[in-house]
Amino acid sequence: MSLLLKNKEGDKRLLMGNEAIARGAIEAGLAVATGYPGTPSSEIIENLSRISRQAGIYVEWSVNEKVAAEAAAAASFAGLRSLCVMKQNGVNVASDFLLHLAESGTRGGMVLVPCDDPGALSSVNEGDARFFARMLEVPLLEPGDFQEAKDMTRWAFALSEEIRNFVVLRSVTRLSHASGMVSLGKIPRGRTQAQFRHAGALLDPESGPMISCLPGAPQFTHRRQQDKIRTAREIFETSPFNYYEGPRRPEVLIVASSICSLYSREAIAMLGKAGKKCGLLKMGTTWPLPEKFLQKHLSSAEKIVFVEEVLPFLEENVLMLAGRWTQGKGPKSYYGKNSGTLPSYGEMNPDLIAEALGKVLAVRRRPVRPESFAAKAGAFADNAAPRRELTFCPGCPHRASFWSIHSALKLDGREGFVCGDIGCYTLAAFPTGFNSLRTVHSMGSGAGLAGGFGRLRAFGLRQPILAVCGDSTFFHAAVPALINAVHHQADLTMVILDNRGTAMTGFQPHPGLPVNAMQESAPPVEIENICRGIGVETEIRDPFDLKGTRDALLSFLEKKEGARVLILRQACSLSPEKKKKNSFKVRVDENACRGERCGCNRLCTRIFRCPGLYWDNRKQVARIDDVVCAGCGVCASICPAGAILKEDAV
Amino acid sequence: MKPGLKNPFNLIVTGVGGQGNVLASRILGNMLALGGFQITIGETFGASQRGGSVMSHIRISPGSTWSPQIPKGCADAIVALEPAEGVRVLSDYGHDKVCFISNTRPVYPAGVIAGGAVYPPIEEIRSGVLSLVPDALFIDATEEAIKLGRPILGNIVMIGALAATRLLPLDRKKFRVAADKIAGSDSLDYNLKAFDAGRRLFQTAMSRRSRPAYPVTRRS
Repeated sequence: MSLLLKNKEGDKRLLMGNEAIARGAIEAGLAVATGYPGTPSSEIIENLSRISRQAGIYVEWSVNEKVAAEAAAAASFAGLRSLCVMKQNGVNVASDFLLHLAESGTRGGMVLVPCDDPGALSSVNEGDARFFARMLEVPLLEPGDFQEAKDMTRWAFALSEEIRNFVVLRSVTRLSHASGMVSLGKIPRGRTQAQFRHAGALLDPESGPMISCLPGAPQFTHRRQQDKIRTAREIFETSPFNYYEGPRRPEVLIVASSICSLYSREAIAMLGKAGKKCGLLKMGTTWPLPEKFLQKHLSSAEKIVFVEEVLPFLEENVLMLAGRWTQGKGPKSYYGKNSGTLPSYGEMNPDLIAEALGKVLAVRRRPVRPESFAAKAGAFADNAAPRRELTFCPGCPHRASFWSIHSALKLDGREGFVCGDIGCYTLAAFPTGFNSLRTVHSMGSGAGLAGGFGRLRAFGLRQPILAVCGDSTFFHAAVPALINAVHHQADLTMVILDNRGTAMTGFQPHPGLPVNAMQESAPPVEIENICRGIGVETEIRDPFDLKGTRDALLSFLEKKEGARVLILRQACSLSPEKKKKNSFKVRVDENACRGERCGCNRLCTRIFRCPGLYWDNRKQVARIDDVVCAGCGVCASICPAGAILKEDAV
Repeated sequence: MKPGLKNPFNLIVTGVGGQGNVLASRILGNMLALGGFQITIGETFGASQRGGSVMSHIRISPGSTWSPQIPKGCADAIVALEPAEGVRVLSDYGHDKVCFISNTRPVYPAGVIAGGAVYPPIEEIRSGVLSLVPDALFIDATEEAIKLGRPILGNIVMIGALAATRLLPLDRKKFRVAADKIAGSDSLDYNLKAFDAGRRLFQTAMSRRSRPAYPVTRRS
């Protein structure tokens, strides 16, 4: 049985932060969970989808985050408890609806979980979704460890029902993707009956309609929303998720939230004796801030250090309150991102914090290892550990697709370019994709930008314009942009890299597949039907057929006007149906490979750069690494000497 | 309180995306949790790790939750699924007394395949590491896994080798339970064979040494 359903109260288990959040929702009696995949958030919905049948819950990978929020809100309106999960960027997408939802309020407990990625460890940018909580005027919770990830999630549902609004629980990569010990709680029995009560009076929170913007009524709806946040502030004043540890009168008081509270505790320990002068105020409820609680603790020290990721959210909100406190208490020294003590970009870690505390305390840390070792090991690593740039996997269809896109644009010769999008194929901005992408922004923006470029012929723009997007991204946000391009007669070729799933985040299904999140069969919405339905000439090719793909691209590039779609369909090499199943056994005929004498400039290893190929320096020939090669056979088509041979794998 | 183990004991498993780093750290974490330790594992995965360096930080404590990032210079053991990644981690987190066990099989970075960057021969890496950490150990984990017919099991061979150092309470029984849970029962037989192979490789490597290297003296 899944750990998420084990009803053994008090059992201590090693859980990933995302598993802990999912377990917390189950312990709260969750009914509906929705989301859109995105690192580091995906495992929450994934774990819930695996137990959906046994737990009697409905789980959905929605087409995008806004729709996910709407689906979760509908469940709440019908009196059910719902969870909505997304990565930081998803909140941007959902925010239009969320701003309205915050005003209408909710009924069944609804918890929104954005997972931020400080340091952009697996994102194109680093965001800080906490600012949305303030803009939305809804409560914000930040779990500080794995146990809290579970316990705060469970509590967030109760809080949401108490104030009749959704609650934001923010996680970060180092909590979501890290693992730690969690003591399990009880799983409730029984199932709530869904019923949307809408016949009551207009403003009746129990049985009225759910309407966010009553004309001319902000004094009712907006005021009611702000009463809720005041109630939350009162509740937060005594929350067990905010606590202090350290001496009674510390020289330095650290105010930290999220995983930074663990880093700060460790940094204090790293400082040894000097660390004994530091106290840690660990904050779990960070919007609205519990003013009286903060005032009590801040009055104990003269120097305050804020530790948080990424932007100075906590810092600036505390300073805003502190502006009111200076009278009678005297000014304090505040250290954080605004003072330049800690960076307002990238991740925190114990080393950074210990260094910052050392500066504030004016003490020097004893080195943890001989400096001679650090110098010698550093010099050795500079030589022995060459930089490892990101690449497409061996057998990745994107490498083949961009090989064809790159060569078609070169053959066309009019300085054409590709507007990129969000997925593994974003790496095509780099050498692994032959530096093909020349713009990359948010989900669906490739098609939108290409459509914009495609209208500039009146201003003399003669370059061919390509847009690429993945299958999941197509459904998420590219469809409106493509419709816009068709209607406004923009000139573009859109290439849809259909690798049969939301591959980058772990093969979550999307509306184009015949299966849903709960592994039930579902009617697939075919990409080609959508494209042809809106009047776009649409072709489908296998990207592993290099010649067929290039010819299709060239014929599209020749047609100068209007929008066209080329679907390049080939499953991801890591997909469950393909993994470990090589189509071909590939080898290099070392007598046929002419090496540097060939004139191909080592096309296979220097340009194509599949990790399954390497250069044998001794024999001066290319070779296949059998451990790495995925057997797609594409490199056999690019070798001008025909030295790479592929045979059907047995 | 479990006596004898530094609190926290800091273990790093490193390698290249696709080598089974995350799986190895999960199995190790679960084995240690079965032994009653409080575990925190810090790791990163996702698109940014495609073909890139990966690292799992495992904090092992008798009773407290440590942060998911080990401070620089504070690793107690480094298990490298790929030798150059081992060197990288040694430079950031190691010291001369660290327990360092590395696979010998390189995974070449794209820049090396393309010809711009140089990947030194494994003998050069071995002697460089030994001059920094005299007790460092190199084993042919991937070659052994290839013999088993599953090259991917290099990660499990490395777990076996780490277990054989007896630095941590990682016995075969706990491995069986954790591997069954994390990697699934279908592959349990292969995983057990790989684990045993790793232990054997360690013993062979030790028997060739002029002086016993393990258990190494631990830093306080």
